This record gives sequence, C-alpha cells and structure tokens, in this order.
Amino acid sequence: MSELRELYQEVILEHSKHPRNFRALDAANHKAEGYNPLCGDHFTVYVDVQDGAIQDIAFQGAGCAISKASASMMTQSLKGKSAGEADELFTKFHDLVTGHGNGDAMGKLAVFSGVSEFPLRVKCATLAWHALRAALRGDQEAVSTE
Amino acid sequence: MSTAAKIPETVSVVNALDVERIRRDFPILNQDVHGKPLVYLDNAATTQKPLAVIEAIEHYYRHDNSNIHRGVHALSERATEHYEKSRSAVQRFLHAADNKEIIFTRGTTEAINLVAQTYGRKHVGAGDEVLITAMEHHSNIVPWQILCEEKGAKLRVAPINDRGELEVEEFEKLLGPRTKFVAVAHLSNALGTINPLRKMIRMAHNRNVPVLVDGAQAAPRMSVDVQALDCDFYAISGHKMYGPTGIGVLYGKAVLLEAMPPYQGGGDMIASVTFDKTIYNRLPYKFEAGTPNIADTIALGAAVEYLEQLGLDSIEQHEHDLLAYATQLIEKIPGVTIVGTAKEKAGVLSFTMDNIHPHDIGTILDREGIAVRTGHHCAQPVMQRFGIPATVRASFGLYNTRPEVDALVKGIHKVNEVLG
Repeated sequence: MSELRELYQEVILEHSKHPRNFRALDAANHKAEGYNPLCGDHFTVYVDVQDGAIQDIAFQGAGCAISKASASMMTQSLKGKSAGEADELFTKFHDLVTGHGNGDAMGKLAVFSGVSEFPLRVKCATLAWHALRAALRGDQEAVSTE
Repeated sequence: MSTAAKIPETVSVVNALDVERIRRDFPILNQDVHGKPLVYLDNAATTQKPLAVIEAIEHYYRHDNSNIHRGVHALSERATEHYEKSRSAVQRFLHAADNKEIIFTRGTTEAINLVAQTYGRKHVGAGDEVLITAMEHHSNIVPWQILCEEKGAKLRVAPINDRGELEVEEFEKLLGPRTKFVAVAHLSNALGTINPLRKMIRMAHNRNVPVLVDGAQAAPRMSVDVQALDCDFYAISGHKMYGPTGIGVLYGKAVLLEAMPPYQGGGDMIASVTFDKTIYNRLPYKFEAGTPNIADTIALGAAVEYLEQLGLDSIEQHEHDLLAYATQLIEKIPGVTIVGTAKEKAGVLSFTMDNIHPHDIGTILDREGIAVRTGHHCAQPVMQRFGIPATVRASFGLYNTRPEVDALVKGIHKVNEVLG
C-alpha cells in the first residue's frame, strides 16, 4: 500500500484530474505527438520557442493518471527554460523514475520518484517528455514508446 | 409437494467442476504476488498449464526426442506416434471428420495467415471483397488487410451494436456478389460476445462464400463441433486452451485444403523433389513444412485430453457461473461501466471506471495480487467503436473461483479508495 501511495501522491492525482496548460497552443512553432501503442496513451505537446527560450508550452491528449500528471507538471516546469535546459531536465527526470537519480534540483517533479518501484509505468511517466524532445528537435513523426 | 423434482429427460446433467482438486493440477497458481495470493484473471491472454501438459513436454525431451516422419529407429517411431496421436486428439476435440483436416501451426495467427496467403491469394482478386466483423482481434483483421492491399480487394466490416453484438442483418446485407471470403470470431476476446455462427455461416454458404472462424477464445470455453457449424476453416491456439505457446491448429475442410496451394515450402511438405518439379505431400503434411514444434504439439494433445476429462460442458457452465456472479457484483459498483453486454456471452468481463484510466486500475489490482489485462486487447477498432482508449479485462478460466471474483471486487473498491 505504501508503494501505491508513493506512486499516486496527492500532487500527482490533483494534476491528473486538473491538468495545467491542457490546451492546443496556436502560437506553437514546435509540436510533436507521443504515443504508447501498448496502452493507447496519446499526447500532443506544443511549444512556442522565442529567442532560444520556451515562451509557452501546452499539451492535449488522453492517458493514465501518471502520464497526464507528468505532462501537466512538465509544462509547468519548463516555461522560460532553454531547449538545452529542458533536455537536461528530461535526463534527470528519466534517471529519477528509473531509480538512478535522487530528485535534487528538480522541484515538484521529485514527486515522481515513486514510479521507480513500478518499472512498467516508466513509459507512462516519460511519454510527454519524449514528445517534448521530438518537438524541440523538429521531428515530424509521432514518437512511440516502443 | 415433493422437493425432489424430477429432471426432465431433455435436460442433460452437467457435472460441476471440482475446482479445489483442479487447482492442484496447476502448480503456478499456488504463489503470492506482492504478498497476496495470486488471483489469475488474465486467461483470455493466456491460460496456465496443468501438470499433464508440463510433464508431457518434459517426458518428450527426456525419453522420445527425435525427428518425426523419417527415422526408422525406435525414438523417431515413438515421437511420430505421439505427434500423430495429438492430431487425432485435436480432431476429436473439434469433431472434425478426418484427421488430415488438422494442420498444426504456430497458433491462431499463423493459421489465419495461412488461409489468407493460400486460399485468399488464389480466390480473391481486384474489386472482390472480404467480410469481417467490427469485433475482430487484430490477427483476424491484418492478414485480410494485407491480402486486400495486394489484390486491390476491399475489406468490409459488419457493425456491432452498443451491447457488442453483431448486427446480423447488416452482416447479411454486406454479403454481396463480390464477397469472396468471410472471417469471424467465435467469441470476442475484448467483449466476450458469442457470435451466432450457424446462422452467419448459412448466410455465407447460401452465396457460396467460405467462412473462417477464429476460435482462439471459444475452444477452451465451449464444445466446438466444426461439422455441426459447417465452417470451412477453424483456427485455435494451444496456449489459450491450457496448452503450450507456439502451437496451434488450423482445421480446414479436406476438399478446400486439397485445392489450396502450399503455404511454405520445405521438408516434410513434399512427396518428391527434382530441380524440374516438386510434388507436394498429401494432407495434412502439405501445410507442415519443416521440422515442426514436436514437443508442444504432443503437449497440446495432453491439454486437449485434460479438457475432455473435465468436460467442456462442465467448463462452460463453471465459467458462465463465474461471469454471471462477477457481472452482478461489478455492475453495482458506482462509476463502473461494463463494456460488452451481449446476451450470448462467455468468459470475458471488460469494464471501465469513470475518470480512472485502465492502466492505473491494473497497477492497483496487481498490488492486490490480481492479474488482469488492461489496454486495447489487440482489438483497437472495438475500442474506437465504444469511444474508449482501453478497458480493464478480467477473463475467467476453469480454475477460477467465486472467492477470486470477490477479491477482484474488493480490488476495484481499493482502486476507488486510492484514486477516487
């Protein structure tokens, strides 16, 4: 039970029920889709990059509590960051949810540490991040977790 | 008034399964998962194996391993005998007229691909149509899409209603002058719907259209009689009927199989080979190129015998009881919607919960020791039909019990507690 509580922390449940920046972004100059064919989770991430910095970021789509909360909190933590900083944060986040990081200097994103006890859910937690990376790199194809 | 009512002679008596004893035949069930007793409710994905099957594999490799149909030595003779005995067991199980109509394949998927690539390529041409239903598993969609794309033919799909039942009138309307083939599930893996096969097959045969039945989910759950159904092909998977993975069966009417070109070329499927001409072997070997999966074929025979000993009617009744029991408990839980409420239904209970994703439900149930499937169940068009991304699917087997259903219900309440 405690592991479940670690996974489904209040902050995560709150974000999954009321996701932030959950909309299409007309001004976006970067956009990519992320898709998990195993469970059907599907997100589109929109990014507006001005002068090398993320001016605005939003997402749309459907998925489980973990993937939706992760997308929501990702958008909150990236406004104003450069593409390089966003990429670095993804690396740290990936380390965290796979049990290789400690969540230092990650702010609220540290609540996802519980995912590391559920290896099958790592793909859920990183789906929107994969889409973000694809968007910033300008990849046209939808990224898949498989 | 006497309480000992006389049983009418027309009603056959079906013996109840002794589930407690049966569970001892399945050593895997006796384990804890995350500190809770395993409740295995993912039988539509794959079933567990009884000792008879596990021991058949071990016995073959310990005592009889050798190649079949060629050696003159004792081991080869024994291996061949057991392999062919399995074919006869499957023939009996499916009530086929002749054991040469039983072709061993890797599974249902390969059986369907075999028919699409041999019968299909020969008889389906540009502008022709192949008719399937909206409840098919991907393995009974994609082989026909590949064929239609290659031939310039069209895949037509008979619709299902909101209960997940085939709209039989629409199905009949779709049987047109260009329809060259029908492929349909006996029992839907995602919804549990049992299709009215006899009626559908009659409709198709009235127009001289042959019918393939995907029997992967039905074979472990009810007595199958391919002659009574009058289907032209019937495909099954060993691992979904308490046998091993990697082995399955294609039943085909001999007259059709005889006229079909071979599927794969190689050893065992030939009568003679010269560089000018190869003469193909007789049925069923024409469709069994290469050294087959001997051990698992023999173990499939053991699985079939196990099912026959318990009795398919008893298994069907037991699972029907579990499904009815589970349905009336689960439909009462607030926020739960059962997906697939056909009148004729077996084995499978798919559901969703308001505002809770199936993946999250699956994780919480897993921590309770309960194994269910979450996702689209390789039937994405079914999910699209109901406008949902996925469902949770509990699927029952002959070893499941009412207390296990109670554990599932408790687990669903736990989901509401954690995520609600």
